[in-house]
Amino acid sequence: MQEWANQLCENRQFGSKMTDSKYFTTTKKGEIFELKAELNSDKKEKKKEAVKKVIASMTVGKDVSALFPDVVNCMQTDNLELKKLVYLYLMNYAKSQPDMAIMAVNTFVKDCEDPNPLIRALAVRTMGCIRVDKITEYLCEPLRKCLKDEDPYVRKTAAVCVAKLHDINAQLVEDQGFLDTLKDLISDSNPMVVANAVAALSEIAESHPNSNLLDLNPQTINKLLTALNECTEWGQIFILDCLANYTPRDDRESQSICERVTPRLSHANSAVVLSAVKVLMKFMEMLPKDLDYYGTLLKKLAPPLVTLLSAEPELQYVALRNINLIVQRRPEILKHEMKVFFVKYNDPIYVKLEKLDIMIRLASQANIAQVLAELKEYATEVDVDFVRKAVRAIGRCAIKVEQSAERCVSTLLDLIQTKVNYVVQEAIVVIKDIFRKYPNKYESVIATLCENLDSLDEPEARAAMIWIVGEYAERIDNADELLESFLEGFHDESTQVQLQLLTAIVKLFLKKPTETQELVQQVLSLATQDSDNPDLRDRGYIYWRLLSTDPVAAKEVVLAEKPLISEETDLIEPTLLEELICHIGTLASVYHKPPSAFVEGSRGVQHKRLPGSAGSGESVESPDTSSAAGLSEAPPAVIPSQGDLLGDLLNLDLTPPATTGPTPPPSSGMQLGAMDLLGGGLDSLPPIPLRTDTPQSPQLPHQSPSPPDYSPTELGGDLGGSPAMGAAFGAPPAVMPASFNAPVSGGLDDLFDLGGGVGMTMGAYSPPKTIWLPAMKAKGLEISGTFARRAGVIQMEMTLSNKAMSVMTDFAIQFNRNSFGLAPAGPLQVLTPLNPNQSIEVALPLSTVGPVMKMEPLSNLQSGRVHWEATLPACCLPAPVLVLIVDSVS
Amino acid sequence: MIGGLFIYNHKGEVLISRVYRDDIGRNAVDAFRVNVIHARQQVRSPVTNIARTSFFHVKRSNIWLAAVTKQNVNATMVFEFLYKMCDVMSAYFGKISEENVKNNFVLIYELLDEILDFGYPQNSETGALKTFITQQGIKSQHHTKEEQSQITSQVTGQIGWRREGIKYRRNELFLDVLESVNLLMSPQGQVLSAHVSGRVVMKSYLSGMPECKFGMNDKIVIDKQGKAGSSEDGGKSGKQSIAIDDCTFHQCVRLSKFDSERSISFIPPDGDYELMRYRTTKDIILPFRVIPLVREVGRTKLEVKVVIKSNFKSSLLAQKIEVRIPTPLNTSGVQLICMKGKAKYKASENAIVWKIKRMAGMKESQISAEIELLPTNDKKKWARPPISMNFEVPFAPSGLKVRYLKVFEPKLNYSDHDVIKWVRYIGRSGIYETRC
Repeated sequence: MQEWANQLCENRQFGSKMTDSKYFTTTKKGEIFELKAELNSDKKEKKKEAVKKVIASMTVGKDVSALFPDVVNCMQTDNLELKKLVYLYLMNYAKSQPDMAIMAVNTFVKDCEDPNPLIRALAVRTMGCIRVDKITEYLCEPLRKCLKDEDPYVRKTAAVCVAKLHDINAQLVEDQGFLDTLKDLISDSNPMVVANAVAALSEIAESHPNSNLLDLNPQTINKLLTALNECTEWGQIFILDCLANYTPRDDRESQSICERVTPRLSHANSAVVLSAVKVLMKFMEMLPKDLDYYGTLLKKLAPPLVTLLSAEPELQYVALRNINLIVQRRPEILKHEMKVFFVKYNDPIYVKLEKLDIMIRLASQANIAQVLAELKEYATEVDVDFVRKAVRAIGRCAIKVEQSAERCVSTLLDLIQTKVNYVVQEAIVVIKDIFRKYPNKYESVIATLCENLDSLDEPEARAAMIWIVGEYAERIDNADELLESFLEGFHDESTQVQLQLLTAIVKLFLKKPTETQELVQQVLSLATQDSDNPDLRDRGYIYWRLLSTDPVAAKEVVLAEKPLISEETDLIEPTLLEELICHIGTLASVYHKPPSAFVEGSRGVQHKRLPGSAGSGESVESPDTSSAAGLSEAPPAVIPSQGDLLGDLLNLDLTPPATTGPTPPPSSGMQLGAMDLLGGGLDSLPPIPLRTDTPQSPQLPHQSPSPPDYSPTELGGDLGGSPAMGAAFGAPPAVMPASFNAPVSGGLDDLFDLGGGVGMTMGAYSPPKTIWLPAMKAKGLEISGTFARRAGVIQMEMTLSNKAMSVMTDFAIQFNRNSFGLAPAGPLQVLTPLNPNQSIEVALPLSTVGPVMKMEPLSNLQSGRVHWEATLPACCLPAPVLVLIVDSVS
Repeated sequence: MIGGLFIYNHKGEVLISRVYRDDIGRNAVDAFRVNVIHARQQVRSPVTNIARTSFFHVKRSNIWLAAVTKQNVNATMVFEFLYKMCDVMSAYFGKISEENVKNNFVLIYELLDEILDFGYPQNSETGALKTFITQQGIKSQHHTKEEQSQITSQVTGQIGWRREGIKYRRNELFLDVLESVNLLMSPQGQVLSAHVSGRVVMKSYLSGMPECKFGMNDKIVIDKQGKAGSSEDGGKSGKQSIAIDDCTFHQCVRLSKFDSERSISFIPPDGDYELMRYRTTKDIILPFRVIPLVREVGRTKLEVKVVIKSNFKSSLLAQKIEVRIPTPLNTSGVQLICMKGKAKYKASENAIVWKIKRMAGMKESQISAEIELLPTNDKKKWARPPISMNFEVPFAPSGLKVRYLKVFEPKLNYSDHDVIKWVRYIGRSGIYETRC
């Protein structure tokens, strides 16, 4: 092999010149002055050397813009290398010296007429990179010529230049008709010109979401598919990514496109492969499941995905993040490929962590033995994050595959015996979840767990352990001693541990009332009197009141049977998953976030969705039903069904949040946080957009606007004293001191009343419903609505649609303070549970006697809060109040 | 698309900085240096998001290449492009080192201008690039008109990887089947996972625009032919054929033809290139078996015995055999006895390295080691990394055989028979590990 390589070496015509590195080392004073002299030298060689020095300085970040006129003077040259260097300089500094940059225009225009196509292309390419308005004016004519140049090399460069120009001045591009010329290039005879035109058009179309710029129809699609076979690997990527935006008319067209795209799965370039996978995953939605071709396609997808894992580690990482999505959408594709996801000792850590994630997703009864053996192996590795994740994975397997639970528990116990601190803590956290999934089955291990109590120093592990002690207090002889030991440093604990300790001691008290009276009083007073944390105080008061009013009821509430936790806790929410599938191969699929979460401006804000399934022509027209049909086969329930609100409340910090929110804080691409959410409690709930000072759990009405003079003792008395307080649970919390809102809202009320008196006409205008809360942001609940005046009463009319997998119940609504004192006049009337894919119309009468607060802008009705089961992120309802007012006046 | 591309040395100093998009500023250069290159901890992800700007990076020796963007780019494409960029640079000036990058910075800028336009990758085949990016600027002025249009039609054309008018006095073809065999075995000798990833690498010195057809003992093809031909033959050839899990091809191969007929036909690039990659998992010949025996004698001593067995025809010779036995961090001394080859304890690598120059098939060899340990109060158990092995064997562990490589060039007067063809098989160890 070596000898053969040498043969080739001889053919190499480029001996490296060992001189250029010297340009990086000059750091003398007066350098700029010297360079200036050299640039104006008569000797060509010296000039060129000087320009090289300038570029080197520019690279390392020195400001050499002062040399602008001197460098531009070197532009008129027949030396192509020198010319390119000067162009490079121009691209960097033209913006800072726009007036001088004009000096270069003539040369550009001249170069665009050069007989050499390479020079014509170079000129038009560079000119597009100079972002100076005056220059762009001059660019139009040469660009128009170049778009119709006889040489394909010039045309393909000009095509990209249109995108550049559009980025600088979109209006100019439209006015000059370049978009039409660009569209024509899609029919060009040269495949590379087609590919670049497609790339440019796709980019321009992204900033004009509604323009029909790309106008994909069967004819253009056919042209693109033809070019696909002939253009470079990069061109194939542009074309495939563009194809993915097309929605075929029916299943037949869908199949024929798939057939022409599948050969790309054997391309050596992983990006071609993944972009082809994206097209196939998307168009597959339209194929009927009973079609033979559907099965064939599924089989064809697995091998290329596996092959991606033998690429370089960085590509493996991207591939694994995508496989994670694909496995959630279509688990059947890779279900037999578990082994390829086994971790290799030398894999980079980011590959290891991702493989682990996919292993858990693919774990099933058939392969669980192998998986467990691997996981046990991983739990002894060096990297702390990886080991932790491996331990958690064992717990997840136990919850997912019931048959393996026993083996998992014994493996975890073995790991606890290693006494490695973080392994023990992690194991305890997952064992808590196992207890919740299989109650009364593995409690024999509690003794072992208790032995490790002292070594726990992480809040999550401490909280988990305390939960276990509280939950099984009757079986642990010294439960009171154990819990008491935590109480000593109560105020140093994190909130999570404090809340848990409070609950655990109350549980203990209800189970063993005689011995623990003192303990419970101690913890209640710690929580209510000595703490600044409103959550803790509130929970303390609830318990206190419950226990003092009706211990039997307290028992029923606190020791109620807890809902089982669901198998899959970290699945991506279906609407988001659908969108991410449309973004396979891109950054969105790496971050597992929609592009809008990390891209600024108008680009990428459109939400992509999968086409409807099963060949019915109409499914394309009604995206709602079609996407639901596509979803119905997605397997496990994503939202754990917690039966009653109180159970939820009492175990709030133990209930794993169902999904990571759609907009987690943008950090690194690693989603380590996803696991941490498990059992994370209040602290780890995803951040809520538009978060106000309203409570996270609206069942606690008195928690909402905490007045400055809020004193624990007073409220404590209140709670003890008024037995009616309990009735306030769940009621719309729009009650405010009358003195506060009376004068202001009275006036507004008049204003509305006036309208009520005059505008009794039936056909009052009400704007059409708009989507207020997309399903993506609210765990599957979509709300659209409008405001109307019906028979003189202001109404908020809403359509609630359930786009999640499970039944929704217990709707309630809460308004935050707004400019007009709008508040519900009655409770939200949704009597029947809302089944998946069902929509319901609700009209909520509004009154204007609610608390008033001036909002910016005035017409914003902020943070209308609709609630079902879990709290939804607040949404901003743009109330067309102006319309209402105009209506009233007329 | 890609907004900018930076090259740094190991200290984080910028060697090359090329910005393609207006949304990327000079501060991006520093952000990457501070947050990634100078970050204390190990790289946790090849994609980093800093202040809504995404950075993709790869490392070649101690040079960092970083692509920057603010958009939702095709991430796979960006990494593929970075690798391609490395390939192109190596093809021009050899190893990617700080010195070479500095020496060729003008060339690199010229390349970056050509192969990335507004962040969109363009033709990056070195064969084509070398015809017009030559670092001999003046020369390009002297291209005749025909030469110029020939260059542009090649760069943009359907066969962008080959130029026309190539002539060799002797038409010659070298074909290497290079396989790396990967294994993960349990201490009990159970195969946890095994696969071969293979490459067919070619060097072609052929005149004109030859049409080539490549054939191997692919099970699907052989079975198809078996059905078409005599049915008796089917069983016999079935044994010699192999099941390929998946394969990918150089862009010169006509993929639609492979998809429909499973035939591999192409017009090859000139010189060196990788024709295909493939992966097999069935009926792999594992050239070596490693049998480990680790015994902990008390807290301060470890006894290790490792036997290796060669499992191939005794007439063949394996070369460059190296067994790497990891030792605990608190090792104080090691005594070694081996029957064959040389063994050494390398304290800096925490491993015993046992090297054997050659070993024939169906043989067995053994090493035993006594490892003295320093007593530690570290509670954490030693992780026992797997024993790894390196070797080279003169056959393809997957069982792949080249059946034919036909060359047709209708316009020139040479035929398939005139082409001198060389075929070679090399099997190397990939990640070949046995847990102990």
